[in-house]
Amino acid sequence: MVTTQLAPSTADDPLAYRPVALVDLLDRVLGTGVVITGDITLAIADIDLVRISLRALVASVGALVPPEVAS
Amino acid sequence: MSTTAEPAVTVGAWLHGVVSDADDAVLATVTGMDGGTVRAVRAAGLAAVVSAVPLDGYGEEALRRNLADLAWLERAARSHHAVVEALSRTGPVVPARLATVHHDDTRVAAMLAERRADLAGALDRLAGRGEWGVKGYVVPGAVPRTEEPTGGGGAGAAYLRRRRAQLTARDEGQRIAAEAAAAVHVALARYAVEARRHTPQDRRLSGASTAMVLNGAYLVDAGTVDGFAALVRELADRHPEVRLELTGPWPPYSFVTERPEEEAVHTVREAAW
Repeated sequence: MVTTQLAPSTADDPLAYRPVALVDLLDRVLGTGVVITGDITLAIADIDLVRISLRALVASVGALVPPEVAS
Repeated sequence: MSTTAEPAVTVGAWLHGVVSDADDAVLATVTGMDGGTVRAVRAAGLAAVVSAVPLDGYGEEALRRNLADLAWLERAARSHHAVVEALSRTGPVVPARLATVHHDDTRVAAMLAERRADLAGALDRLAGRGEWGVKGYVVPGAVPRTEEPTGGGGAGAAYLRRRRAQLTARDEGQRIAAEAAAAVHVALARYAVEARRHTPQDRRLSGASTAMVLNGAYLVDAGTVDGFAALVRELADRHPEVRLELTGPWPPYSFVTERPEEEAVHTVREAAW
């Protein structure tokens, strides 16, 4: 049985608060299209930022979840 | 021997996003980084919304360290997102990437002046539009039944054929779901103003029970959101081999640049039509 999980009709209530999955959020706030670079964080390139953060994620998740089938 | 004088902590400006103009009354209701306040830096007919952050926690070195700490990263991402989302409710916003930090307001103002044309163009392009996410997952067992091998060779041969079919079913399911994902993306991209595909999320991170084959983002006119959701439902019915999930509306994180370059690495390729 295939289910489509549609978000509640937020078009009706754009102010409705719904929790956001951290992975979905990180997809978006890390290195998707940069028009502005901070002068202090200039040296933290997109790739760096994503790699550093993913390492944190994988390390933490890896500690919780039994190692899955490789690849 | 020790001195009581605390060294002054230098403060930087963490950029949340750029808007045409920010209402200070609205900003007063918004919580920034570390529970602090946010403020607008105005220049060149634009407003940059920033949080003051201590550079001992948010300077380049400190950020490299902190970004590797999941609890810190999540807190920062959620705080940043809360501000961007609040801004997006009041009008178009160009969200800043996580960890965009300037030395002071003067630098922020200079950035606004320098990038004025790009930023104003982006704000025009994003006005009245929102980002929606559509994720697609493999549906196990949704592989179209290959005709049951019949006749010839007796029980042993039949067993071997079944065994081989089982082994290839997984790859086959993956391939079929990937094709469905490409078709879904093409249909959604045609409906949306702009579209892009993020790299599919690792299962360990998504927590999903099957592999992700589509991690799409779509910029949709506010007036056509219902139609977009209906199209997602329709595509889900048409492609039972992939389970679709709609998220949003998001601030237009994925559409800040005019022509978002495709990700360098895709585990799933676009179909060639």
